[in-house]
Amino acid sequence: MIYYFIAILIFVIGLYGLLVKRNLFKIIIALIIMEYANFLLFALIGFRKEGTAPIQPIVGGKVFVDPLPQALVLTAIVIGLGTTALIVALAVRIYEKYGTLDIRKIKKLKG
Amino acid sequence: MDWIIPIFVVIPLGLAFILPIIGKNRRVGDVLTNLATLALLCFAIYSIKFAKSTIVYKLGNWQPVKGIPIGIYMVLDGLSIFMLVTVNLVAFMCTLYSINYMEKFTDKTRYYTLFLLMLAGMNGVILTGDFFNLFVFLEIAAIASYALVAFGTEAEELEAAFKYQVMGSIGSAFILLGITLLYSYTGTLNMADVSRVLITKGVSKLVIFVSVLFIVGFGLKSAIMPFHMWLPDAHPSAPAPISAMLSGVLIKTLGIYALVRVFFNVIGTNPVILNTIIVLSIISMVLGILLAMVQRDLKRLLAYSSISHVGLILLGVGLGTPLGMLGGLFHLLNHAVFKSLLFLNSGAIVYSAGTRDLDNMGGLRNNMPVTADTSLVASMAISGIPPFNGFWSKLLIIFACVEAGRPWLAVFAIVASIVTIGVFMKLQKQAFFGESKVDISKIKEVPGFMVFAMIVLAILCVVLGLILLPKLRPIFLNPVVDILKNGLEYSVRVLR
Repeated sequence: MIYYFIAILIFVIGLYGLLVKRNLFKIIIALIIMEYANFLLFALIGFRKEGTAPIQPIVGGKVFVDPLPQALVLTAIVIGLGTTALIVALAVRIYEKYGTLDIRKIKKLKG
Repeated sequence: MDWIIPIFVVIPLGLAFILPIIGKNRRVGDVLTNLATLALLCFAIYSIKFAKSTIVYKLGNWQPVKGIPIGIYMVLDGLSIFMLVTVNLVAFMCTLYSINYMEKFTDKTRYYTLFLLMLAGMNGVILTGDFFNLFVFLEIAAIASYALVAFGTEAEELEAAFKYQVMGSIGSAFILLGITLLYSYTGTLNMADVSRVLITKGVSKLVIFVSVLFIVGFGLKSAIMPFHMWLPDAHPSAPAPISAMLSGVLIKTLGIYALVRVFFNVIGTNPVILNTIIVLSIISMVLGILLAMVQRDLKRLLAYSSISHVGLILLGVGLGTPLGMLGGLFHLLNHAVFKSLLFLNSGAIVYSAGTRDLDNMGGLRNNMPVTADTSLVASMAISGIPPFNGFWSKLLIIFACVEAGRPWLAVFAIVASIVTIGVFMKLQKQAFFGESKVDISKIKEVPGFMVFAMIVLAILCVVLGLILLPKLRPIFLNPVVDILKNGLEYSVRVLR
């Protein structure tokens, strides 16, 4: 049970970083922390105590770990890679245009 | 008949990967993309035939074991068909418009690739019957739209895209967290199966927490008021056809459709959730249009008005009565038509006059007659002037508020509607009537395909009200309302 709370804690740390950091790359790192906390939680949900790898038949009352979350987390990591690559590319182009990484100075738009 | 379901994802996704290889010549991209979107529109209209039934396509033909579904389901029912028609109609008009409009950008082929990826993602979100699959398609559509907002790679566009992507990623993270927790509670990801397990197992505190996560996540995607900050930056920064797609269908597919599907068909609604949606929708409806009133930038004005109309749609759906749902979903279709038309008009002004600032316009009516007339039609439709489609859906929502015994909600809708008239009168006066402060003698009407796309959408603004007629309503709109009214029968219909 404690592991679940640790995963949620990491998620909240990412959210906190997203809210207070002013540097573009620190914001990106906070986003990544949030994403990976999510993946960790998903993988933990599939975990069974003393479970075996789900590739061989069960012998003598042993249990499998749940293979579904593992497959899904793999997919989600690939999606995460795509979003991270895009947002880093955006940050690099923003640095070329504005000459700064501080979001307080990047404000041509008044949202 | 299940062969029709994967086609909606396969055509755009396949072409998106083929196009960069064979599309060195930009004419190839024009022709293939337009043929693809036209084919998708034809398939969507053809599928109206099946609106009363529920067709399930099992990906890879994995049959259920002991009644428990394994593998990914794709589900075509009345609500999906309604959304498919809306999305593919606007997509076809936007690709037609892009033929001329995107000439001034350097890399048209990559633009079409991203456009088709976004379309594939949206069609996938509409058709999927599986939570994780929903997340994957949602991310495909979202990533393509982040890249499209930054397509011009000017300073403002990059800034808007960064902001949009940060907010969108937070939304996605919340949705994924919700899906994770829902899986831990039910042990399945198939939407119909989740719904069945929730009915037998009962609702716990975890499910309430998941509901909150979904409201925040999908709320961020649909830009209802407390989560709207990215929209007024992102939508104006994109090229005009993309603004039309984003405001016209993307926020509705990823936000409203997903929210409605998850709450009405899977988790089940209760008064607390519905009232939360209504409060959020009232805030965005009134504040969105008030903020639109003070904008000087044409596209920003339209973006704020989108926030207001998302609120109006959610107000209708959130009432939870059949009439309210009919009004809300009909307004979704209408808003997709007239808001994409208005964004295409703004693109035409940018194309010819080269400005988005309302202060530098005026008197364009003589130079651009078609743009002026279609924009007048769209403005009257969005303000709810009687013969146009916007009037009928607004009237239905207001009637539904009174019928549900909450007339004070109707007051908010009427106030927002009146302010909308003011905003669009201002737009018409400053852009097309009156005198210009700068020299406009060289400004000409836009090229043929752009004009054609705008005229078709303007005609739709006039005739769409007709689908409310008692003869036509059972074909298209009633099946949608039935899906939502008998919400939790979804699992029975899919798993049968």
